[in-house]
Amino acid sequence: MSAIKDSKDVLRQGAVRTIERRAFLKQGLSLGALTLLTGCDVTDQDSVQTALNAISRWNDRVQATLFSNRLVPTYPESAAVKDFRSNQYYGEDAVPKIEGSSFKLGLSGLIDNRKPWTLPELYALPQTSQVTRHVCVEGWSMIGKWTGVPFRTFLERIGADLSAKYVGFECADGYYSSIDMASALHPQTLLTFKISDEILAPKYGYPLKLRVPTKLGFKNPKWITAMYVTNRFSGGFWEDRGYNWFSGI
Amino acid sequence: MNTDERGTVKVHPGVVRVTHWINVVAIAIMIGSGWRIWNSSPIFDFSFPVAATIGGDPATSQDVHNELGLAGALQWHFAGMWLLVVNGLVYLVYGIWSGHFRHALFPVSPSAFLRDALAALTFRLPHRLGVYNAVQKALYLGVLLAGIVMVLTGLSIWKPGQFQELAFVFGGYDTARLIHFLGMSAIVLFLVVHIALVIIVPKTLPAMITGRAAAHAPEILQESAG
Repeated sequence: MSAIKDSKDVLRQGAVRTIERRAFLKQGLSLGALTLLTGCDVTDQDSVQTALNAISRWNDRVQATLFSNRLVPTYPESAAVKDFRSNQYYGEDAVPKIEGSSFKLGLSGLIDNRKPWTLPELYALPQTSQVTRHVCVEGWSMIGKWTGVPFRTFLERIGADLSAKYVGFECADGYYSSIDMASALHPQTLLTFKISDEILAPKYGYPLKLRVPTKLGFKNPKWITAMYVTNRFSGGFWEDRGYNWFSGI
Repeated sequence: MNTDERGTVKVHPGVVRVTHWINVVAIAIMIGSGWRIWNSSPIFDFSFPVAATIGGDPATSQDVHNELGLAGALQWHFAGMWLLVVNGLVYLVYGIWSGHFRHALFPVSPSAFLRDALAALTFRLPHRLGVYNAVQKALYLGVLLAGIVMVLTGLSIWKPGQFQELAFVFGGYDTARLIHFLGMSAIVLFLVVHIALVIIVPKTLPAMITGRAAAHAPEILQESAG
């Protein structure tokens, strides 16, 4: 559990850094601002950031409109990479190491039955596998095989309000994210327990990772400890740092 | 083409000039931010100088995110795409509807291209404002094509799921990404030649701003008569 404590420290540093983030946003885009707004007062940089954020929200709406329940391409199992790349916002040695026997997935928000779920209970749900492409916001992509319960099945099982706007996730490392309900209900969105036919190793998000093949990798949270259904927009770790919220592919 | 009282003739239509300069801004945003996005996960083993990229202060982002400002670059890229596409569509619709493309960019034959390319390389090709020689025609058509490929491969990389047929046409996500890079390279190469020629023939610059050029060169009038 010390790894979790370590990662909590990382989180506290993260909170401090979130404040520094304001400075980043203010100073941010200075190059672009210089490129485009030569001769203008430097305070225009704030309005540049405001404009870019507004366009990013607009792009959220465009992507929600483009989104459909069509399936993303799937690949033969032979295409799945065994030694999958793992990314987090800190070093790999600090990833949470969760004790499965005492693990419980917490539920809150617009859900009828908010009883926490143990791993044996989750593993008893109907499972399916998929071989899909994970596309990272950085540009690289990798095909992998994930196994778990269709997220829609789970949402129905817990009596989630499927007409709500968002499903949000809290993770053991302080990471957090949220997705639109349409993507949550997409037939290929899985609450996964396995990668490459093996129970998720700690670096892959043991015990729970949400696989959303219709979204970029950072919208696929790992080490999920709690989830909620809400009509309130709650952003996400990278989303609050300027990355596009919808990030559909 | 009529000579006015100041002895100038119109060489570039207003729509072409306005869309040209908006395109300068759009291309600068797309290339500058695109280079920084490239740096976050390069296909080939090199990075663009961060100072030449767009997306916020890299040092601050390095401290806060442990990367060189990808979030800002993506924001610019996905804002710039609207400017590029909307402006590009205005230009394309105008170019087709007004006959500008037909008059200015066609016909261009391989033999005319060879003839004018040889003349250009031996510095015997006169530059006539508003009338494109075969090398110019080929280059402008080429960069137009590159621009269209950039938008289509860009859509393939942005939405390899929703636009999977498009991504398939470009060989899948990874190949589309490679073509997106090669298209950028072609456009940058074009820009090097384009800007070098403006420096060599400086009178082309005011003509793209005012739209007019001195009518003293007889070939302009001759050409416009035809």
